[in-house]
Amino acid sequence: MKNNSVRRTDLLSTGDMARFVARGFLRFDGLIPDEINRDFLERIMRDEVRSHPPGTPLAECYATCPPIGALLRLPKVAGMIQSLVGLNPLFDHHAVHHCPPHQARAQDTHADSIVDVRSTAFDIQLMYYPHEVTASMGGTRYIPGSHFRRINEMAIARYQNIAGQQHVVCPAGTLLIMHHGIWHGGGCNRSGESRYMLKIRLNPTCRQVRLWNTDDLAALSVGPAAIFDPDAYRHQDRIQTLFERPEKWFPMDESRLETVNRIRLWRALIDDPEFDSHYWLSRLENQPE
Amino acid sequence: MIIESHADYRQQILMLYTRSSALDSEVVAWAMYDGTGATTHYAGDQDAVPYSTGLDAMQAGWRVLQVSQLNPPYPSAEYQTSYLPFEVMLEKWVKFDEK
Repeated sequence: MKNNSVRRTDLLSTGDMARFVARGFLRFDGLIPDEINRDFLERIMRDEVRSHPPGTPLAECYATCPPIGALLRLPKVAGMIQSLVGLNPLFDHHAVHHCPPHQARAQDTHADSIVDVRSTAFDIQLMYYPHEVTASMGGTRYIPGSHFRRINEMAIARYQNIAGQQHVVCPAGTLLIMHHGIWHGGGCNRSGESRYMLKIRLNPTCRQVRLWNTDDLAALSVGPAAIFDPDAYRHQDRIQTLFERPEKWFPMDESRLETVNRIRLWRALIDDPEFDSHYWLSRLENQPE
Repeated sequence: MIIESHADYRQQILMLYTRSSALDSEVVAWAMYDGTGATTHYAGDQDAVPYSTGLDAMQAGWRVLQVSQLNPPYPSAEYQTSYLPFEVMLEKWVKFDEK
């Protein structure tokens, strides 16, 4: 596939990026057209979907799999990729996930790869669902807000259920974009039909700084007038408000640590070391000499 | 409780993860392992919490075996989050009928 810069309006918005930083994913139901979905499913059945060596420029991939090339060239998809990992990302790997019918159990919850100590750079994983996924088909399970947790792969398998866990029950053509650290697992397919999903991992080749449409950055960066100012919580779309919102499963003493993790990644993404929310880091960084 | 013969009983383990170190705080994650084999549990099989708090589970007859220690933050990693910190392991002994 060939990759060219997209129109500014096809890039992610600041709100999208802030939600990605806060929760670790973006989901777009039914985004991919049916002709791509059908073509891709037929190629899976014919075992025609080939991978590429890790580190291959994405622009050089999928010449032999036109539906995936077409998917990646869709302006909205190309805009998401460019917003998150830049114009010329590298292909890391892909996997066609096939869950056969009548499964007796699910894949355990895990984070992909191995423990990742990068604090600002991140990979993304595109999860593409070419057909409808019903509740009985299970779908991918993922844990919003888990992406900053430094754990190693399957060590979290003991956590069978986590409050607020999500199951990708979706129409055909749904795309889920995840931060590489998100906890997830394949759901148990209790239905009588196979379930398919394509996952593609992409690496950035540039600093991930202001790659999205930042036209609304200033408007959404209005911090609270005072700590615990109730007015701040009435503006749900503001960055600081998004970063203060805990997931249902966050341990009580770690909600603020997760806010700090979000602030730190946002500082890197907007290249502003002084960005803060509710004074969490400014207070700690005050060391008069 | 007097158990006539351990051979007649099997252990059920319930793992609860609470919002704080207090046993009566809200359950945010859970897992169940049934040594009787009567039920099977797996990742993502239940979206509703089995007990609202650890104390609720105790009042339903679950016996606490172990709770997580409170460890000081690791130097230079004070803001790093990782595994769920407040794990409570509970058990029940259940009469086992091989039939």
